[in-house]
Amino acid sequence: MIRVLELSKNYGITRAVDNLAFTVERGEVLGFLGPNGAGKTTTMKMLTCYLPPSSGTAEIFGFDILKDSMEVRRRIGYLPENNPLYTDMDVSSFLELAAQLKGVKKDALKNSIDGVVERCGLGEVVRRKIGNLSKGFQQRVGIAQAIVNDPELLILDEPTIGLDPRQIIDIRSLIRDLGKDRTVILSSHILPEVSQVCDRIIIINNGRLVAVDSPDNLRDRLKRSSMTRVRIAGSGDIAVAERVISAIEGARVIRTGETGGDGSALVTVESSSDSDIRSALARKLIEADIPLLEIYSEELSLEDIFIRLVTEEGEA
Amino acid sequence: MSKTSAIYGRELRYFFQSVTAYVVISIFLVISGYFFFSIFRYYNLLSLQSMQSGFAPGGLNLIDGVVRPLLGNISIIILLLLPLLTMRLIAEEKKQGTFELLSTYPVSDIAAVSGKFLAALTVYAVMLGCTLLYPGMLLFFTEPETVPIVTGYIGLLLMGASFIAMGTFFSSLTDNQIIAGVATFGASLFFLIIGWGAPFVGPKFAAVLAQISILYHFESFSKGVIETSDATYYIFLTFFFLLLTVRSLESTRWKS
Repeated sequence: MIRVLELSKNYGITRAVDNLAFTVERGEVLGFLGPNGAGKTTTMKMLTCYLPPSSGTAEIFGFDILKDSMEVRRRIGYLPENNPLYTDMDVSSFLELAAQLKGVKKDALKNSIDGVVERCGLGEVVRRKIGNLSKGFQQRVGIAQAIVNDPELLILDEPTIGLDPRQIIDIRSLIRDLGKDRTVILSSHILPEVSQVCDRIIIINNGRLVAVDSPDNLRDRLKRSSMTRVRIAGSGDIAVAERVISAIEGARVIRTGETGGDGSALVTVESSSDSDIRSALARKLIEADIPLLEIYSEELSLEDIFIRLVTEEGEA
Repeated sequence: MSKTSAIYGRELRYFFQSVTAYVVISIFLVISGYFFFSIFRYYNLLSLQSMQSGFAPGGLNLIDGVVRPLLGNISIIILLLLPLLTMRLIAEEKKQGTFELLSTYPVSDIAAVSGKFLAALTVYAVMLGCTLLYPGMLLFFTEPETVPIVTGYIGLLLMGASFIAMGTFFSSLTDNQIIAGVATFGASLFFLIIGWGAPFVGPKFAAVLAQISILYHFESFSKGVIETSDATYYIFLTFFFLLLTVRSLESTRWKS
């Protein structure tokens, strides 16, 4: 189990991570989500013992990141953000070096290297120089060095950044596969990725925790308010439409505009999910003689949830 | 220990798989070879003159006339070349980000630093070993004393070790190789010439300055004696800078 206790990090006067606290169960795949600069990377660097926290600490399988740094480092595999590698080495000798440095026993060396080569699909490039490999393969090498000692905890910082869609799919399925028999913490700012791969999501913004839950629960939590979009012909009636809609109980106009190419206007209405306001909307709008084109309700995507959690946090 | 040797192996392979080691060694051999040639030719000329005049000036023997000036010159060449060998040791890892990877591996700073130091020292030993050809030629054709040659080389090895330790330290301070190289060069030159100020600072400080000077401690080695104090000086300097390197790595993490 991983317990993060009131972890904070200051860079000069900037507070990059602010009293972050959460736990990760053994075997869980945790997604670390947040906009750029939210403090994801800093948190990961602290968990991997690379940066010392300004205050607070974390325990990884019972070992403190400050006091038992070596024990922690023995149990983790880490893929840093921009995947630094010894580009002058070939894949197999680099993996051998990583395994030796991570304390893999001499007689187990060959097996563990062959194992990760196979698992990460590096078979065809083992003899090639890392610097000459494509970004996708380099990323695999980065993951391979992280898992070469079969760590209990795998920390991956933006593992799919800069890859093409095909490589992203490959890396994701690799991560899912790796998550079957170990704990994984991965950071990303891409939502579908996190929702596909992770059991639980932590959303942070400005170094603070915004939400922790499973992807489904997060969606449910915000589903209580549902969105309905109303399209009307001609933008001249928007003001009237807004007034009419606002008069309906439980409805709130959150966005107007977005005129389509045909001159129509879109009004986004938010309401509590237990009352379906679509029929009321239609009736009122037609009574007010507004040229209604369409009404449809929309489920909140994770993107919406994310944006809303993050902006709400900003407003608070 | 196995981690030190893993890092040692990686660094050594880097030196010899990239052209670095070959370029440094070749240039070193060309320059030291030229020194040997000119010093030997000059010695040759003096011998001829003294044979003709029947008057032998003092110091006209192979050790004082050839070996000592040669070793003295080699110490200047290594002063110029070793910073180029050591400047990348840690600075490059910091620049490329692999330092972060290394820091999150269960490897102690001591293991990392000693692996890197020993690799550079090995390259230097190979470099120095190649120059054994020159005294080898002397031994083949004439009969010089062997003890001063042996102790002279031990002295050079120890001196080089302290330069390399300095280089490792300065390389740990920055992610810029040029800065690391220049700082190492400056510091080692400073240790070399500090004794020059001795005549102007009064007897008390003169002794201090001389003791700090790297060249002062080389004297005994080139005369065929291994003074404990002189050997200790180089060893102390080496360990001092290696210790500083370990401390500097720790503080790099704490500062950022």
